[in-house]
Amino acid sequence: MIENHKPKIGVYVCHCGSNIAGTVNVDDVRKWAQEKLGPEGVVIARDYKFMCSSLGQELIEKDIKELGLERVVVAACSPHLHEKTFRTAAEKAGLNPYLTELVSIREQVSWVHTDKAIATEKAKSLVSGTVQRIAYNTPLEKQKVPINANTLVVGGGIAGIQAALEIANAGFHVYLVEREPSIGGHMAQFDKTFPTLDCSACILTPRMVEAGTHPNITLMTWSEVTNVSGFVGNFDVRILKKARYVNEDVCTGCGICTEKCPKKVIDTHYEAGLGYRKVVYTPFAQAVPRFPVIDRPNCTFFQKGTCKACEKFCPTNAIDFKQEDEFINITVGNIILATGYDLFDAGRVTNYGYGRLPNVFSSIEFERLSNSAGPTGGEITLRDGKTKPETVGIIHCVGSRDKNFNNYCSSICCMQSLKFAHIVRERTGADVYEFYIDMRTPMKAYDEFYQRVLDEGTLFVRGKVAEVTNAARYPHEKGKLIIHVEDTLVGKQRRIPVDMVILSNGMEPRHDAKQTGQTFGISCSSDGWYIERHPKLDPVSTMTEGIYIAGCATGPKDIPASVAQGAAAAARVLDKILQKEVEMEPIRASVIEENCSGCRICNSMCPFNAIAFIGDLKVSRVNPALCQGCGTCVAACPAGAITGTGFSNEQIFAQIDGLLMTV
Amino acid sequence: MTAKPKFAMYWAASCGGCEIAVLNTHEKILDVDANFEVVFWPVAMDAKYKDVEAMEDGSILLTLWNGGIRNNENAEMAHLLRRKSQILVAFGSCACEGCIPGLANLSPLNEIFETAYHTVSTENPQNIHPQVSYPAPEGTLTLPTMNPVLKTLAQVVDVDYFMPGCPPESHQIAAVIDLVIQVVQGKAELPPKGSVIGCGDSTVCDECPRTRNVKAITAFKRIQDVAPLDPELCVLEQGVPCNGPATRSGCNARCPRAGAQCIGCYGPADDVIDYGARLITAFASVVDAREPAEIEAILDGIPDPTGQFYRFNLADSLLRAGKGAAMSRPNAITSGGKP
Ligand SMILES: Cc1cc2nc3c(=O)[nH]c(=O)nc-3n(C[C@H](O)[C@H](O)[C@H](O)COP(=O)(O)OP(=O)(O)OC[C@H]3O[C@@H](n4cnc5c(N)ncnc54)[C@H](O)[C@@H]3O)c2cc1C
Ligand code: SF4
Ligand code: SF4
Repeated sequence: MIENHKPKIGVYVCHCGSNIAGTVNVDDVRKWAQEKLGPEGVVIARDYKFMCSSLGQELIEKDIKELGLERVVVAACSPHLHEKTFRTAAEKAGLNPYLTELVSIREQVSWVHTDKAIATEKAKSLVSGTVQRIAYNTPLEKQKVPINANTLVVGGGIAGIQAALEIANAGFHVYLVEREPSIGGHMAQFDKTFPTLDCSACILTPRMVEAGTHPNITLMTWSEVTNVSGFVGNFDVRILKKARYVNEDVCTGCGICTEKCPKKVIDTHYEAGLGYRKVVYTPFAQAVPRFPVIDRPNCTFFQKGTCKACEKFCPTNAIDFKQEDEFINITVGNIILATGYDLFDAGRVTNYGYGRLPNVFSSIEFERLSNSAGPTGGEITLRDGKTKPETVGIIHCVGSRDKNFNNYCSSICCMQSLKFAHIVRERTGADVYEFYIDMRTPMKAYDEFYQRVLDEGTLFVRGKVAEVTNAARYPHEKGKLIIHVEDTLVGKQRRIPVDMVILSNGMEPRHDAKQTGQTFGISCSSDGWYIERHPKLDPVSTMTEGIYIAGCATGPKDIPASVAQGAAAAARVLDKILQKEVEMEPIRASVIEENCSGCRICNSMCPFNAIAFIGDLKVSRVNPALCQGCGTCVAACPAGAITGTGFSNEQIFAQIDGLLMTV
Repeated sequence: MTAKPKFAMYWAASCGGCEIAVLNTHEKILDVDANFEVVFWPVAMDAKYKDVEAMEDGSILLTLWNGGIRNNENAEMAHLLRRKSQILVAFGSCACEGCIPGLANLSPLNEIFETAYHTVSTENPQNIHPQVSYPAPEGTLTLPTMNPVLKTLAQVVDVDYFMPGCPPESHQIAAVIDLVIQVVQGKAELPPKGSVIGCGDSTVCDECPRTRNVKAITAFKRIQDVAPLDPELCVLEQGVPCNGPATRSGCNARCPRAGAQCIGCYGPADDVIDYGARLITAFASVVDAREPAEIEAILDGIPDPTGQFYRFNLADSLLRAGKGAAMSRPNAITSGGKP
């Protein structure tokens, strides 16, 4: 506000159909603004059915031109939705976009209140706050900064691979960072994939190989991102490349080291504890890259200082026990997180006996058991590795749709259970029971697959299993696992003896999803999945510009959906890259240097490293090209020497005064 | 000689240090005498309230007021001197922001009296408890009534200038006196009303010669537990909670220069609404830990947060008073100490 000049303000109150008008007396708000806020500079107040329609926008444009409005306040929906719409409309009429503000009387008022009188009062007070505040808004200019065309993809599951390939094929460079020794993710562990039953490896391996050999992809496995700074277009990323103890430059992937390594350990990761692997290993035959890693904690040489069998036999001298962890710094313009999911730990549902009753298997164990490259060569046997089951029970929704564990539906468990039933019947001819709460088969060709499994003779029992036990009550239960369930279709308790139980445990967010989110500056929902910018309209973007999410990192989904999201995220990145520049919101912090004492409190605060200390002058300074306007430093400065455009003390206090004005 | 402008100085709830600080300007005090007619200054000369009442409104050019408003006598005098003075200066921390007397705002009146008159540290064999009025044979004796909380001068009357410090530094007082004399002689202009005078624009760090680095604090320690304090390095970086970063400059960083932490007597810098809140966010910003338990443990190194963050500023902060104090009634004084 220029001294003593009250700018002319226009107030526009939107009905949003009945969305707002149903709960807020829009007419009253408009009248009140016209009368009571007149002394605050309001020269016109209008209401309209849909302010965001072209007619609504034209109202604003016309008033700016005819009444010479200098500020525009639109009381409508959330700024997330339409701030841009109204700022653009005002700009068309010649008003700097930052002189228009949106007041959310839908998300913050009509949708959260039922009492019309109170809602109307609240709407008035919010409008009043913004009217008071906007007088202090100043015209701001957007800045443009160039975009780095490189992209970082984190997580080499099918979603990440897809994203990386799309971008690389479009001619731009991708760094694909995977924490395991090989890319592939969960899909690499499966034998067949529903609903088509095509072999997982057959469809996955070509993609993995393509990603591993693509000239535009730098593949970094056995690596993790430790630090990210900067902002869209210019992220600085620090990657920890863990020591493999194998020199990738000379290793040919012949596998002799693995063959000669005398030590075996249980493979709890890829083989889900059902099989063994050597200490120098590639997780599976088709691993990409083909270079093995040495599992240091288990390696005899690292434990005792002797052995070195691998080194002795390696034909190219690739084994390097002296290799050390390495940090690699890269700069990228955009980042896609495709870190996938963890399996729900089936042992947590103690009444199902996983971990206690040997013949209770988890879903991933069954995947390995049925995999022709797995520990039994695809033979379905009991835990002894020999006996074929004659009856098998498959329990759905283990850990999902359960108040005690996760409320959400893991979305793939019904289909994975049907796949298991099919495989069991095909390979063993055993009787199979499926215990389900609801059958959820909505995607393409899913219900047909269900019909097929029904026709194959699998028996379906609708009810939540209470318990799996080996305590026999009747002679025919002896030596069996008894599934105790209420069959809700028949309306009675049943005890069904089986030889083998498969728990269809579902998905959980990665155990470290929150930490990873913090590294990249994005947040998780209460369930722990990464939050999308908009659940329907922007499912692969996040609230942090330049950071995208894809695949199961955003929530449970099947392979087709993960692939589609990987491609969608890639499209968003390509869109950014091709624009060559990003427009940056001009909301910036700046240090008033006369007031800065150079105490350096703010120096470590900025998440974007925008603050530098100027030693000669003993003051701190914000680099406007790096500042993202988060406001952290503004709050931190004890001298009050930092101010944020758009959030100056005057603006904030005027808004508070306005809010507290009696309506 | 009557043409000399008139000067007054008065103390309310304060320790008297501000008065001493004025006298401590040494020969400068002679300039005051040379240029002003001192009409009212209870510490330095005899005068009665009724003499002031008899003066014409606005007849005193400059009044330096030190002390907070604790009772109805303080408030009455504040209104009176406001009426009589052209320029009223809130002089020193008590008048500006409440200072140490303002810390009593954490306790309700009855507790204050209880502590002052009836605890072990007070010898009071007759269990005397003060009352606002006492019917003596010679007539009724009265005492001023305590207000529920201490207020700053500006919370009671309109104030022209604020001069911070506990007490204000003598060289700053001398400079302000010089300025007023120059204004009287028509050689200078007064700063805009409401200005904070006799101080700098920045904070104590600005005047502090110690080297500073990017801060990462892993433990807060009391100064006696850091031995020896590095004489060259920022006190805060050594883990001693130094209020310098948030405290207005003007003292020439006296305490940090002398090897002690700044305790904040010059109050907040311009544009800072709540000194304590600012300092809390600043300290929190440089705590170098991520885990809540670890952060908690580091913050536990500040044993008395109110004393650390609001020692001088409580009465002028957004908090202003503890709940009990804010709710206590003036007459609580008479029932205090008795069941
Ligand atoms: C038992 C079971 C059977 C299934 N069967 C089918 C099926 O038949 N058909 C079907 O369509 N779907 C099936 N699914 C679903 C399928 O597994 C997923 O849809 C798919 O694997 C998701 O791929 P993704 O890339 O999102 O995640 P993931 O496969 O989990 O891949 C994520 C990758 O990111 C890596 N990573 C994680 N965190 C980091 C980090 N911080 N830094 C670097 N790398 C990291 C991981 O190591 C992993 O390689 C099944 C699921 C289960 C549990
Ligand atoms: S507001 Fe401050 S902390 Fe935030 S980005 Fe800008 S300079 Fe950094
Ligand atoms: S915190 Fe404030 S006073 Fe301290 S260096 Fe930063 S801008 Fe300057």
